[in-house]
Amino acid sequence: MNKQSNVYTIVYITIVVLVVGTLLAFTSMSLRSRQQANADADKMRQILNSVHVTAQKGEKIADIFDQHIKGMMLVNANGEVVRQSDGLDAEIFATDIAAESKNADASQRKLPVYVCSVDNGDLKYIIPVSGAGLWGPVWGYIAVDANGSTIYGAYFSHQGETPGLGAEIEKPAFQQEFVGKQLIKDSEFNPIAVVKAGQKPNSNADYVDGISGGTITSKGVGDMLQNCLQPYAAFLKGLSEKE
Amino acid sequence: MAEKIKLKEVFFNPFSKNNPVIVQILGICSVLAVTAKLEPSIVMGFSVIAVLAFSNVIISLIRNTIPTNIRIIVQLVVVAGLVVVVNQLLLAFAYDVAMQLSVFISLIITNCILMGRLEAFAMANRPWPSFLDGVGNGIGYALILIIVGFFRELLGSGTLLGYQVVPDAFYEAGYVNNGLMILPPMALILVGCIIWVHRSFNKDIEG
Repeated sequence: MNKQSNVYTIVYITIVVLVVGTLLAFTSMSLRSRQQANADADKMRQILNSVHVTAQKGEKIADIFDQHIKGMMLVNANGEVVRQSDGLDAEIFATDIAAESKNADASQRKLPVYVCSVDNGDLKYIIPVSGAGLWGPVWGYIAVDANGSTIYGAYFSHQGETPGLGAEIEKPAFQQEFVGKQLIKDSEFNPIAVVKAGQKPNSNADYVDGISGGTITSKGVGDMLQNCLQPYAAFLKGLSEKE
Repeated sequence: MAEKIKLKEVFFNPFSKNNPVIVQILGICSVLAVTAKLEPSIVMGFSVIAVLAFSNVIISLIRNTIPTNIRIIVQLVVVAGLVVVVNQLLLAFAYDVAMQLSVFISLIITNCILMGRLEAFAMANRPWPSFLDGVGNGIGYALILIIVGFFRELLGSGTLLGYQVVPDAFYEAGYVNNGLMILPPMALILVGCIIWVHRSFNKDIEG
């Protein structure tokens, strides 16, 4: 058989590609559920991180999540609750924040809220946020007190920001800065601004210092908070009036 | 085969005398990228060993059937397939590390060491020597990765595998982690230092 002929070459590469493709499809199928479980557990870990709850060695993150999460909601930009559940709701949990936050028309967005109880029984409202840093996506979870204004905790993570500079947003030192900041002042809603150290934002918003050397990432975090928290203004104001 | 290859040399040469990173200067890109911490360095090292060994064996098994004019494409398909499998396995069983390594696992495909070994060795040798060659070169690569990762994490973050090793007393006495160590240029300088030390012990390697 002539191994250099065109027919042989084409048949050969077709078979190779088919075999490899089948193997990959099989691998992907058989590992899918495990990977999804990992991704879900990682998301739960991040959500709990925003209310300062971390799993100890040997504890299953899903159990701790079930203990703390008291409900999930989807709200709209008018502050109305469109969907509600006690405990974990698979559909709300799976809402793709990255895709939602890119929808320029905020009134069309699905706005998930995770209701979480902390150790002293207080309810905290956790809001997922998503945006862009310097090299890739950044995201996080902001936990707000039942008064709809005070930040109880914040968690940020990123895909590939510069280690030591932009990547510092995932360090507790940066996240702690948010604790205690107010979203509502004089009944005016303003997302927390991220500014260069020593500067102040133009609005009357509460602010935190950005990361030196991580200017674009810090700005990305600021823009993300502006873009993702603003649609919740009506919902959070509703909470503060209930207080 | 005209000359008999010595299996021992095939396996041990890449450790030092013919190390893919510090002698052949291949795969530098990933050495710079993943070595800021020790743990990803180790996982990356093992991933490359696995991919290199298996792709060498597979290519060696089918080497007599591959049409010459598309041999690079066939090699790429095999390597790409294996890399995707490794990535999927990491996502399923070592999720945290897979997140840290992110894109660099996929970039094993572009690691010159792989294509180099496939083209230079596996295409001309039987499966068993090819396997040893793959594992040997993989270990040679992993060794450098681990040495660089060790120093970068120790000096850059004061930790090893995430555990703090520089005592707090040092920090109180004014010791500061070297932030430069975390950035890729320092990895290049470290690799340079390793090559320097290595050459001064192996005078026979032409520079």
